[in-house]
Amino acid sequence: MDLKMKVLVVDDFATMRRILRNILKQIGFTNISEADDGKTALKELKKKKFDLILCDWNMPEMSGIDLLKEIKSDDELKSIPFVMVTAEAQKDNIVEAVKAGVSNYIVKPFTAETVSEKLKKVFGG
Amino acid sequence: MDVKMINPFINATLNVLETMASTKSEAEKPYLKKDTVAQGDVSGVVGFTGETNGTVSVTFDESCILKIVSNMFGEEMKEINNEISDAVGELTNMISGQARKELSEIGKVFQGAIPTVITGKSHKLESMTKGPKIAIPFKTEFGNFTIEVSMEG
Repeated sequence: MDLKMKVLVVDDFATMRRILRNILKQIGFTNISEADDGKTALKELKKKKFDLILCDWNMPEMSGIDLLKEIKSDDELKSIPFVMVTAEAQKDNIVEAVKAGVSNYIVKPFTAETVSEKLKKVFGG
Repeated sequence: MDVKMINPFINATLNVLETMASTKSEAEKPYLKKDTVAQGDVSGVVGFTGETNGTVSVTFDESCILKIVSNMFGEEMKEINNEISDAVGELTNMISGQARKELSEIGKVFQGAIPTVITGKSHKLESMTKGPKIAIPFKTEFGNFTIEVSMEG
């Protein structure tokens, strides 16, 4: 896993963006950007190249699942690994995200170890 | 209200605070709440719909939430401000999500909304849900907080 990769953290709560940023820094990531909803994230993704997206589900303007579907239908963006980080832990949500092409799924609340393990699974160690 | 519907909220609260804020809490005896005055200084409230309509709120004492958010961020928080309000919103969101997951495992499926946060000494929480309101007080080593669950029918 290349720790210099560009990571985009998308969550409407500044608290969660801060916690994820702290955990990513703890893992060793140095290049972390933030967006507070799906629409803002999409604008960022069109402007700059990212290597990983960590995204909440429930957000105003554009939800995480809608952002995921938008990304997977865009030839320029569809190869970027997309990890859903959400309090929505019901089976139906997970199935919908898997069908839409999510790379992995982190359920809130989570520990730093969980984030690290899930990212290793996405990038193969 | 069936106790089976309340336990998932207690379990979710214990789990969320322990995992995200390294804070062990202890649930005390639930009681039927009749007034609309919150027992604390900052509250997160979120509605849910599906099997029935309901709301869950979490109300913290100032000393308790300052220490909880300090633990979440790894830095000391000294006053109730926008960062604390945001954190209470996210904690409420996580408690709602975890509780709905457990409820879905017993066949009760709910969708959650986006939480709102109210601050102020002894503020009022007017529930939009027409149903009994159960309050569950919690103790932590830093102070107290209460969750209130209300469901129609």
